[in-house]
Amino acid sequence: MDIIKVNNLSKVFNGNLRAVDGVSFEVKEGEIFGFLGPNGAGKTTTIKMLTTLISPTGGDAQILGYSIKKNAPEVRASIGVVPQEYTADEDLTGYDNILLLADLYGIPRDVANKRIAELLELVELSNAAKRKVATYSGGMRRRLELAIGLINFPPVLFLDEPTLGLDVQTRTAVWNYIKKLKEKYKMTLFMTTHYLEEADHLCDRIALIDHGKIIKIGAPEALKAQLGGDIIKLSVSNDKPELKKILENAVGVKEVKKIGNEYRIKAKSSETLTPKLIALLSSKKYQVTKLSMTKPSLDEVYLEYTGKSMREEQGGFDRFAQNRQMQATRR
Amino acid sequence: MDKQESKIRVERKIHYPNFFRATWSLANRDLKKWYLSPAILIISMVQPIIWLALFGKAFNLGALFTSVSSGATAAELAIFGTTSYFSYLALGMLAFMAISTSMMGGMSIVWDRRFGFVDKILTAPITKLSIIVGKILNSVIRALAQAVVLLIIAIVLGMTLTYFTITSVLTAFAALFLLSFGMSSLFVLLALRARDWQSQMMIINLLMLPLLFASNAFFPLSIMPSWLQTIASWNPVSYAISIGRSALLGPSYTPLASNLMSFLYLGIFAVGMTAITVILSRRLLKG
Ligand SMILES: Nc1ncnc2c1ncn2[C@@H]1O[C@H](COP(=O)(O)OP(=O)(O)OP(=O)(O)O)[C@@H](O)[C@H]1O
Ligand SMILES: [Mg+2]
Repeated sequence: MDIIKVNNLSKVFNGNLRAVDGVSFEVKEGEIFGFLGPNGAGKTTTIKMLTTLISPTGGDAQILGYSIKKNAPEVRASIGVVPQEYTADEDLTGYDNILLLADLYGIPRDVANKRIAELLELVELSNAAKRKVATYSGGMRRRLELAIGLINFPPVLFLDEPTLGLDVQTRTAVWNYIKKLKEKYKMTLFMTTHYLEEADHLCDRIALIDHGKIIKIGAPEALKAQLGGDIIKLSVSNDKPELKKILENAVGVKEVKKIGNEYRIKAKSSETLTPKLIALLSSKKYQVTKLSMTKPSLDEVYLEYTGKSMREEQGGFDRFAQNRQMQATRR
Repeated sequence: MDKQESKIRVERKIHYPNFFRATWSLANRDLKKWYLSPAILIISMVQPIIWLALFGKAFNLGALFTSVSSGATAAELAIFGTTSYFSYLALGMLAFMAISTSMMGGMSIVWDRRFGFVDKILTAPITKLSIIVGKILNSVIRALAQAVVLLIIAIVLGMTLTYFTITSVLTAFAALFLLSFGMSSLFVLLALRARDWQSQMMIINLLMLPLLFASNAFFPLSIMPSWLQTIASWNPVSYAISIGRSALLGPSYTPLASNLMSFLYLGIFAVGMTAITVILSRRLLKG
């Protein structure tokens, strides 16, 4: 059952900046679907279009069967949004912020009061509810945004980098809440992130996006499997030209590449192959000096399809994200 | 597949908020910042009170236009329509209070946009009309409440009201209501595309003083140069003040136009400005 259907969606800014360039995908009911990509890839722009905040310059999408172009009010009534920035009103209390949104969704007061208490409990803000949001820490504000996004019990929840700028501990906590909420309210989640681990552990399926285009879609496991297996890297002290042939002919080896004096061996399962390879090499009197095994990771998937490593970028890019977050909070 | 889709649609009843509740909640969100922090309430009263005390009492601007001789009162009466310049100015300051409050209230949408608050409420199933009217309502309520306080302070400081009945006070406040309604629409409109506070301050500086000085807030039109007279006679602020003075100060005050015509003009200004803002907001108020 496709709860979100996106068809050739595009957004061109200022006539020439193709922020989102014809993306198409489906999200199934109950899924956690992730958009994974570097800064400026077009993740937020896609979410803004899907949540009817900006209108697409091309294509369309259906959420619960409602077109984001033609049935925007129905779409809005059916979704929850947790934006990338902190958008709660700092001058009001956490409670007043949620209450306002409850009013804007037309939730009857008695129902709203019960829900607000329940949500505040869930995100552990009950004690801070009567304090002004300006006094909240980053993690508290993130959790408040979550509670606000959930006030209408949306069947579809959009989360734009919900853990941006949080420390590892808070990140884990936030994800625990999100998973709890998803179970409890049986929601479909559409999220963006640039944390590879996050996408890997949480998402049922992910789309790799770069320069506004979807490069690859699939379950993290499937994407990794498509890489063709694990990678064993080894070097020997007494290298000979015929070694490559020997490795290639070994049972279980799929591909051998020699980079410098290191052999990169692709294998279905590195755990079972490695001992066999060592035995084989010592029987042929080769001295193994270095050996490592790598499981396929999303980083390698990313590397395979974009030709660049996300992890390499990530240092710079986390710092950037952090800066932006600080600016957002300072404002 | 299509069958299943229509099933979800039917299962979930789409729920929309009531227009009045959504609008009031948005207005109340802004009002809370004001009535929950007395400091802001007091600070916003300070400027008109200072001006009233400074221009009306200390300098007595009115005396500058009349000679300080024995004929002073007669001359004052002829020019201002009252022998108390302080009382004359007080009504100008009530209007000043109304427009500066409307300006701040209307412009606050710039901050809401910057903080992403507008984005947040634009993804809720409310209409843009709610957002605009909520902003206007906030300004109008603040302006009128502060005008009540200012009027009381002015009376305590020695303002003399020739007519002091419920009707005359209500008439003056009805004019202030229409003025602040129109002005907050105007400033919401000006703020719709502004992204930063610099451009906001520029608009405020560019408009605030001209709106006030090109009106009858300080002096009557009769002693203005003719070009200023022309501007002032189009300025809605002049008509709100004229209604207030003729309602409260007495028969020797010569209004700009009959109160009926002044109300008509202010009404057209308020309704017209709001209509323009609401129509343009459909295109301009975006994420
Ligand atoms: N309102 C706008 N006007 C012009 N260009 C824009 C606008 N919004 C986004 N862009 C551009 O569109 C591109 C995609 O931006 P987007 O915010 O969607 O990236 P993102 O994937 O969310 O990145 P990040 O990880 O930094 O949040 C960027 O090049 C950005 O500069
Ligand atoms: Mg983004």
